[in-house]
Amino acid sequence: MNVGTWEALILVVRRELCLSFRRPDQLLQPLVFFLIVTTLFPLGLNLQLSLLRDMAPGVLWVAALLSSLLSLDALFKSDADDGTLEQLALCGQGLTLIVVAKTFAHWLVTGVALVLVSPLVGMALEIPSGAFATMMLSLGFGTLTLSWLGAIGAGLTVGLKRGNVLLSLIVLPLAMPLLIFGAGATDRAISGAGAAGALYFLAALCVLTCTLAPFAASMAVRITLE
Amino acid sequence: MWRGERHVLKGVSVALRPTQLLHVSGPNGTGKTTLLRVICGLLRPEQGKVAWRGQSISSIRNEYQATLAYASHEPALKGDLTALENLRFAVGLKRRVTDLELRGSLERTGAAACADLPARVLSAGQRRRVAMARVLAMNASLWLLDEPYTNLDAAGALQITGLLQSHVDQGGMGLVVAHQDLPGRDVRRLELAE
Repeated sequence: MNVGTWEALILVVRRELCLSFRRPDQLLQPLVFFLIVTTLFPLGLNLQLSLLRDMAPGVLWVAALLSSLLSLDALFKSDADDGTLEQLALCGQGLTLIVVAKTFAHWLVTGVALVLVSPLVGMALEIPSGAFATMMLSLGFGTLTLSWLGAIGAGLTVGLKRGNVLLSLIVLPLAMPLLIFGAGATDRAISGAGAAGALYFLAALCVLTCTLAPFAASMAVRITLE
Repeated sequence: MWRGERHVLKGVSVALRPTQLLHVSGPNGTGKTTLLRVICGLLRPEQGKVAWRGQSISSIRNEYQATLAYASHEPALKGDLTALENLRFAVGLKRRVTDLELRGSLERTGAAACADLPARVLSAGQRRRVAMARVLAMNASLWLLDEPYTNLDAAGALQITGLLQSHVDQGGMGLVVAHQDLPGRDVRRLELAE
């Protein structure tokens, strides 16, 4: 009996989650990086709380972007190296579905984890608890968008030996609007001003990448497989 | 097709009917693997076309790929997953399949004992058997096999031969890159030259 689209999507997400939990080192690496980088700042600034509070949104977002980048390189590379990417491409479900499922699973294990630990980091960076909801929402949109941008970069660099450097060069410039509006939303929430405008912009970027990036990323993977 | 500086598969034309095997052979670098990759749709030919039941595969890509099983020269297994899990995730995308059926396929390729072991601890021959079990479990009508006998012992090679024989007996067809003779009454040969 043929397999439906949703069934296939769920199966690939399950596969990715199963592989991630079998390699806890790879799962925890971005999260630990995020926690260490953000907790180094309070130590380095030596209790200058007002300065720390001013820098907090930028620190939080730069650390989130860099830690997400750490795991993006492996998005397709591991499957390409052992030949399973070819098997996935030939499964008869279409490469776009595979890319959607893999990217969504990547966001679940990296982006969602970052969002969940961000209140801890927020406390270390002296962010008032009233701004946590905006911070978490903006990080949620931001990390999902970044996973999609990263999927395009990872698709283009999957065949390269040292693709992670090129991947950073492709993804980081594209992620600048995320940094500006994400840090802006958190900053406005800290100062008590309305952050709705910046959040709407992040949500729009997220919808745009969720809509277009799967096709671009699957095309990139297809070209690489050739 | 150009592969780097090398012009391969120039003027190659093949047709395959049900119950037929195409045995592809030739020296290294003559495009045997490239031919399989073109036929399964991973590579686009620079000239010419690949058709399935009269239709170009580029227009029916997903439908066509659902009917084929491809085994590359790499076993294509995730080392962190068990043999059974590897099969469950790969075959499960083609058709609904139970663990019992998958274990049955592993048994037919002589890899039943590997079912619950992580693929990274398996020997090259055992990994090849698991890869063949994946092909078998897909219930595909077209098998595309790249060097299926590599790393196998004599018993394993016999099992693969038996599987190919029963596949064509049941109306299937296959294109096999191999350096040894293939079973079946209707075996065509394609010798690729440099």
